[in-house]
Amino acid sequence: MGKIALKHVTKSFGATEVIPPLDLDIEDGEFVVFVGPSGCGKSTLLRLIAGLEDVTSGMIEIDGNDATKVPPSKRGLAMVFQSYALYPHMSVRKNIAFPLRMAKVDEAERNRKVEAAADILNLTDYLERRPGQLSGGQRQRVAIGRAIVREPEAFLFDEPLSNLDAALRVNMRLEISELHQSLKTTMIYVTHDQVEAMTMADKIVVLNAGRIAQVGSPLELYRSPQNIFVAGFIGSPKMNFIEGEEAGKHGAHTIGVRPEHLALSTDGGTWEGTVGVAEHLGSDTFLHVHVDGIGALTVRAQGEAGLNHGDRAHITPDPERIHRFDSDGLALA
Amino acid sequence: MARAVTNNRKAFNTALAWLVGLLIFFPILWTVLTSFKTEAQAINDPPLFLFFDWTLENYSVVQERSDYLRYLWNSVFIAGGSTLLGIVIAVPAAWSMAFVPSRRTKDVLLWMLSTKMLPAVGVLYPIYLLFIQLGLLDTRIGLTIVLMLINLPIIVWMLYTYFREIPAEILEAARMDGASLREEILYVLTPMAVPGIASTILLNFILAWNEAFWTLNLTAANAAPLTAFIASYSSPEGLFYAKLSAASTMAIAPILILGWFSQKQLVRGLTFGAVK
Amino acid sequence: MATQHSRTAARFMMAPAVFLLLVWMLVPLTMTLFFSFKKYLPLRGDSMANGLEWVGFANYVRFVGSSSFWPSIQATLIIVGGVLVVTIVLGVLLAMLLDQPMWGQGIVRILVIAPFFVMPTVSALVWKNMFMDPNNGLLAYLWKAFGGTPVEWLSQAALPSLIMIVSWQWLPFATLILLTAIQSLDSEQLEAAEMDGAPVLARFWFIILPHLSRAITIVILIQTIFLLSIFAEIFVTTGGAFGTKTLTYLIFQRVLESQNVGLGSAGGVYAIILANIVALFLMRIVGKNLDA
Repeated sequence: MGKIALKHVTKSFGATEVIPPLDLDIEDGEFVVFVGPSGCGKSTLLRLIAGLEDVTSGMIEIDGNDATKVPPSKRGLAMVFQSYALYPHMSVRKNIAFPLRMAKVDEAERNRKVEAAADILNLTDYLERRPGQLSGGQRQRVAIGRAIVREPEAFLFDEPLSNLDAALRVNMRLEISELHQSLKTTMIYVTHDQVEAMTMADKIVVLNAGRIAQVGSPLELYRSPQNIFVAGFIGSPKMNFIEGEEAGKHGAHTIGVRPEHLALSTDGGTWEGTVGVAEHLGSDTFLHVHVDGIGALTVRAQGEAGLNHGDRAHITPDPERIHRFDSDGLALA
Repeated sequence: MARAVTNNRKAFNTALAWLVGLLIFFPILWTVLTSFKTEAQAINDPPLFLFFDWTLENYSVVQERSDYLRYLWNSVFIAGGSTLLGIVIAVPAAWSMAFVPSRRTKDVLLWMLSTKMLPAVGVLYPIYLLFIQLGLLDTRIGLTIVLMLINLPIIVWMLYTYFREIPAEILEAARMDGASLREEILYVLTPMAVPGIASTILLNFILAWNEAFWTLNLTAANAAPLTAFIASYSSPEGLFYAKLSAASTMAIAPILILGWFSQKQLVRGLTFGAVK
Repeated sequence: MATQHSRTAARFMMAPAVFLLLVWMLVPLTMTLFFSFKKYLPLRGDSMANGLEWVGFANYVRFVGSSSFWPSIQATLIIVGGVLVVTIVLGVLLAMLLDQPMWGQGIVRILVIAPFFVMPTVSALVWKNMFMDPNNGLLAYLWKAFGGTPVEWLSQAALPSLIMIVSWQWLPFATLILLTAIQSLDSEQLEAAEMDGAPVLARFWFIILPHLSRAITIVILIQTIFLLSIFAEIFVTTGGAFGTKTLTYLIFQRVLESQNVGLGSAGGVYAIILANIVALFLMRIVGKNLDA
């Protein structure tokens, strides 16, 4: 069972408080993603859960038991590191078997489990190789294999895909999601990439400077961000923010509209501006429009928008999809 | 990109470098050659280079007269023992400094190095007295301990530099995989650091082998290693060039061969990683 | 970045090494300090059991007052300084030569490094007898071959001879480290300088030498540690005669040859102070260099 609860957890390095008091509940079987810009404390938070760092104050419960003082080796968690952290002097087989060897599992059982894991991860042909002879994706799989043979209470992933190239990243993302579907084990996944967060998570925890900015399902965060930080962090391209007079019309300090919620036309609309750079992706086109009296806005048009650099265009926001924020950056109901 | 160099230039470099290299190596070469001469040939005027009657006689005489093998065994015991003992004590210390560094780590390391600068002669008599008290004078164990202590700072330093290159994440992974501290060091850190540990052992073995202050002053007949064996040839009656050469060759050959194998690691080891 | 648990473990694992070195440093040091204030002549019946006579600073005054003291400091500095200058100057030149493309580079390197592995007693004996001996030494033949009178190296030019023997032992070390440093120099830097019109000497002075400064510091540091305490070379060659009596050797003679432990200990304290002054200065440099 992998229910994890953080109660008033704080972490300071010397005088610097990295994580102010934080509470979080992670249900059994959930796929939780910690996301935030670099330096937001997400990796530190994961290491606190792993036991690789001490909490400064507060409590960490695993399955209802206080695990705050339990050493990492006894917490029943498995971790996949950003650098994979494979043991370079051991074969793939020995790497995957290492946790079992530490748990004094007998050799026959060890081999059976290693081979089962290798089968799931398509590593059967590579069992006798050294990590140095594997590609990045294969190494990643070995790291995952090492984690699954332990049958842990929960998996911890620390930016596991950031060292892979873009195509491989998409593949591994799917594989990890499938793994979660089949194992139904709690997974905590740290990333700075909001796309990974959106595509994989049951629950996203957005962190900003050690604080939880918002917790919710991907679509909740997308639809109703509770503050400007989450609004700007989730979604790609980024949400457009408009301040001043135009925001005032909606009774807010700042308003935000996602690029996909702006309608483009040539013959009339709320705002008017000049088209700047147009980025053609084929399925979509991102247009950077300099709107008179407002500034630069990004607009997402379906397909190939027939507009070029320097053209005049009209833009209309979807009134239902305008997010309003007060001067502290909090969303207005 | 290295620039293209003309063959003339390269030939010139080669000739010059070989000349200088041979000049530097010459004393050793000359010693080895002389060890195969008879005493008369050794002081022949003009000196003989290659064309003399090669003989192995000197080697057997040296062994007979001074019991070379016993000195050799003492050298191996003392150098090997002090190095291994040092490694056993230094590995945990270096692990601590490399993976759990604190603000004091650097100070501790520098302090350790500074104990190397303590002039041995300043504490010779106290050690001498303590050795008599403890019954360690002229014993292999006593000398092993002293050489271990004088090389310990270097061993710790070298291991520290090598350990620091091992990513901490791998040790953390071992911890997550359920390894205890002992298992982490035994199964993960040590095998990964094998090249570094090997060159540390090699270099410290060489340093201990050649150490010539404590080995000369704390031994007499029983525990004397090769340094003392050779020093016994400095008295006038031992002045036979061919035999001196044979003895010298026997004293330096093992370490010379070992040293050539480790010359690459030597730089990193002795500079504590400060020059790569 | 670690847990309380691992910090505690770290302290325990460091303890043996720290404890041993602390004992190794403090116990003999305390004893030396103690003896230095005592009259202690074991051959005349003084012993710890009978109690030693307290003489205050008499030993210190006598040690400095002795006619051998200042010459020994001078000899120490000349030897250390001389060897440093020779090994570094020749080391830089040799390293630059070995860095050039050539045939058989590996073998040349092995030839050059070899003296470093020769134990000091051997190298001193070989040089003394087979090269510097005024009758049968190889250098004597060489002198005679050119019609000169053989030099009595170890008595007529004892200090330079000693410097040359010790330099022969340490040149490989300096060369190897400087060579490694030169090889890490980005050759594009040199090419850029060449494009900028810098002549060979200027390239050496403004690019190669500054690049080597760190390696040179390291060479100075490590060699100084070892050179301050050279013993076997003097023991075997001159026995401290002909102006080669260094501070180390002087103390050695006081303690072991004249069996005046009190006086020798006072000398030991001076040597420790001298070493600490040098160490303090060197540690600053190293400490700075290690941060990078």
